[in-house]
Amino acid sequence: MVMSWIYTVILGLSVISAILLGNSSDLAAAVPKGAQAGITLAVSMAGSICLWTGVGKLMEKIGLTQKLSILLRPLLHRLFPSAKTDTPLRASLCANICANFLGLGNAATPMGIQAAKRLIRPDKPGIATDELCRLIVLNTASIQLIPASVAAVRTSLGCQTPFDILPAVWITSLCSAGLGVAAAWLLGKVWRHD
Amino acid sequence: MIDYIVPLLLLVTCALALRKRENAYDLLLSGARDGLELLISIVPTLILLLTSVTMLRASGAIDLISNVLQPVMAFFGIPPETALLVLIRPISGSAALAVGAELMTIHGVDSLVGRTVAVMLGSTETTFYTISVYFGAAGIKKTRYTIPAALIADFTGFFVASLTVRLLYPT
Repeated sequence: MVMSWIYTVILGLSVISAILLGNSSDLAAAVPKGAQAGITLAVSMAGSICLWTGVGKLMEKIGLTQKLSILLRPLLHRLFPSAKTDTPLRASLCANICANFLGLGNAATPMGIQAAKRLIRPDKPGIATDELCRLIVLNTASIQLIPASVAAVRTSLGCQTPFDILPAVWITSLCSAGLGVAAAWLLGKVWRHD
Repeated sequence: MIDYIVPLLLLVTCALALRKRENAYDLLLSGARDGLELLISIVPTLILLLTSVTMLRASGAIDLISNVLQPVMAFFGIPPETALLVLIRPISGSAALAVGAELMTIHGVDSLVGRTVAVMLGSTETTFYTISVYFGAAGIKKTRYTIPAALIADFTGFFVASLTVRLLYPT
């Protein structure tokens, strides 16, 4: 439903501005051009996307997420104190964060939801706890080792060095996740009552 | 250094799989097949969204939006050309990909705008979608400060993306 709205609003804005700015012939020409661009993009991304989902499956199978989670433990205990005593919670939190890190979106979400369910306080159903807020902020601020789909788009547009953005992506993700969690922590101090 | 990360990742994952006596090649193949299915599932979306975004560009609306938001974005050092991406990124992942691809085509993949767009896409998530999935599954009605905190993270991402691209890849 959201997408229907977005699509209609974009089309509406296009028609109105074309009328106001007199770009009607450009607008008409854009229709087949855009549709073709969609399929061209998909086809030229195909190789890299398929390769990376393959590598993703391999990483999942060899248990790279478990290996990473050992490194993650000290940080995890600071962000989620409940994980110190709750082993299943710790396992699903680790799996969620590591899968996100490796770009395994399909594996990350079910693990994250499992963790989210364990973070609800039984005495306060329906209200997000501080730890749950932090988990969701971490998930909305993606920290990814290899942003494969962006690299695929860059390659498809003729970029010779699609991965040269990696350092910038890492710095940016760390800053946004860090500030997001810091903001959640600060807001948690103020926002005592719902 | 950066050049070795991807090839080494390919090698190390295969070597680790062999050590665990997993059939690395078959796993890669079946994963790639999943990738193909994933791709087929997003092709219709990409066609629709690139059609609408190309129309938005041709109509002159994108320039209008960029012009309106220009003072605010310039203040934070974010290229105003990325206005539409910044607006749509937290709402829809596929729309953001379409907008981003269109921006990279228009401005060039290795231009300042093209790189900033790539870093923004690579370091942020579809915030509202993620929030609705998690809170929906956990049955949460009162989200408290989650949305403001997540949007602060997104904004930081857009800001730092513009900054790092300007500093690391001077044009």
